[in-house]
Amino acid sequence: MGKTFSKPEALSDAHTHYCPGCTHGIAHRLVAEVIDELGIRGRTVGIAPVGCAVMAYNYFSCDFQEAAHGRAPAMATGMKRVRPDLMVFTYQGDGDLASIGMGEIVHAANRGEKFTTIFINNAIYGMTGGQMAPTTMPGQRATTAPAGRDVEQTGMPIRMCELLSSLATPGYIARQALLRPKYINKAKKSIKQAFEYQMAHKCFTFVELVSTCPTNWGMTPLDSLKWAEDTLLPYYPLGEFKKPE
Amino acid sequence: MAKVLMKGNEAIGEAAIRAGCLNYFAYPITPQSEVAEYLSKRLPEVNGVFVQGESEVAVGYMIFGAAACGERVMTTSSSPGVSLMSEAISYIAGARCPAVFVNIVRGGPGLGGILPSQGDYFQATKGGGHGDYHMLVMAPDGVQEAVEMTMKAFPLAEKYRGPVMILGDGLIGQMMEPVEFPDDLYVEPTNKDDWATNGMERRGSSTKNIVKSLYLDPATLNNHNLLLKSQYEQMKREEVRFESYNTDTDYELLIVSYGTMSRVCKTAIDNLKAEGLEIGMVRPQTLFPFPEKAIHDAAAKESCKHVVSIEMSMGQMVEDVERSVKGKKEVTWFGQCGGEVPTPEAVMEHIQTLLNQNQ
Repeated sequence: MGKTFSKPEALSDAHTHYCPGCTHGIAHRLVAEVIDELGIRGRTVGIAPVGCAVMAYNYFSCDFQEAAHGRAPAMATGMKRVRPDLMVFTYQGDGDLASIGMGEIVHAANRGEKFTTIFINNAIYGMTGGQMAPTTMPGQRATTAPAGRDVEQTGMPIRMCELLSSLATPGYIARQALLRPKYINKAKKSIKQAFEYQMAHKCFTFVELVSTCPTNWGMTPLDSLKWAEDTLLPYYPLGEFKKPE
Repeated sequence: MAKVLMKGNEAIGEAAIRAGCLNYFAYPITPQSEVAEYLSKRLPEVNGVFVQGESEVAVGYMIFGAAACGERVMTTSSSPGVSLMSEAISYIAGARCPAVFVNIVRGGPGLGGILPSQGDYFQATKGGGHGDYHMLVMAPDGVQEAVEMTMKAFPLAEKYRGPVMILGDGLIGQMMEPVEFPDDLYVEPTNKDDWATNGMERRGSSTKNIVKSLYLDPATLNNHNLLLKSQYEQMKREEVRFESYNTDTDYELLIVSYGTMSRVCKTAIDNLKAEGLEIGMVRPQTLFPFPEKAIHDAAAKESCKHVVSIEMSMGQMVEDVERSVKGKKEVTWFGQCGGEVPTPEAVMEHIQTLLNQNQ
């Protein structure tokens, strides 16, 4: 009987530093499977963010650049413009992309840069230790919002897919989740769709993945999945928000 | 090749193309926006890449991303814009990517003004961003030298795998002078397969390349900084450039001046010579590495009573001049900023005052 399941070639043999129950591992694997299936590892360059995934370059087996906080879309722009034949993806968290990197992602999307963004939204800053993010839910506790997010002071959580979909420039914008197998299968389809649009030089492509952070949420992995499904998904609805003509 | 009359900013843009750089990212800012205007028209003619970024912050990282792929790339800006790019310059230096930055300096601090200044000397030579790094900094005194330095900047950036800066000023960017583009300054790009993220397929390799500046292990980071330091030491040995003016005489006073300011000083020196007074000058063409020995030796000449650093700033280079002269002679500063370039008459008067004090 042949092998029916194995690690994607696009993932390295390194052990990750991610916490138990964290969904980064799933996201990495989905991206790696898509890279394998499309046979593009030799011309793919990833861009690591600042945040928990800063060392993603150790876990993928393709070329990688490491950006400053929030600047991955600008680096991807530079790379993709001078080497349109490369397949370029950025991998960013919600503090990186929706806070310090808001300017870069909006303008890259609006210019229609032909790269793919994988946006991990777990509603908190992970690596720096659980501070409030632009995506933190109202009332959700964070180390910089010990009484819970006060929307009078900090506004409402930013919904990136909805915001980017409002741009008139064509793009592929989707939000999926990594909370159950049924969501994960859809997440993979969206990631593959995004890479295929990029391969066809079609448009800017953006896949948000609703994720968990058991460590900084102060929950068990199982409770995290349930909390995310009950609390995040109603505010961050899943689906394809925008597709190119 | 015949000479053509060109504005400094446009000549810098053309020089980049002649140097084989077909990738340009920029954000508009006075007094250098003509570079972007020129290249937005010119680069499509040569199948090049022109992108107007949303900010100098983003442009700095567009440069980083392109440079990390191993492609020749340049941006131009002016003082407040270079402050914003300084974050990326630090990352580029840390990640060891070749890239060319042009700063057509205007008055500061803050918004300052839009007229010529040399107030960014510290920022350029001492590291405007965070961490232990230097850029190789060249300072042209006119449009022709701006062209030549721009063309030389790309191979130098590749030789040291780091950022190189052309530090001009608003006058050099805005004035028109006859220029030629020396073909022999074109140098073939180096092979970057051993480090660039140009795709494993392109370089026929099964090993990934990573371009990064994060080294969490303290010993590794220390070694990384030692490597960078060794490159800066190599620059000091191999890349120092300067011009000596009227130094074959028994000059009574030595001027150290660069860029636009040095041309005013040359006129003052010529005028004083006609009056029978000999003044020497060392003009640094590289600000980092700094021509320490040349200045030290020129100051040590017996006839020389005094050294003056003349700058369009409130006294920045003078610190490096003092460092070079090592207390052998008295070193003072003279200058002006805010956009008013000192006149030859003002320089001559100041020199007379200094010499009278030294009588």
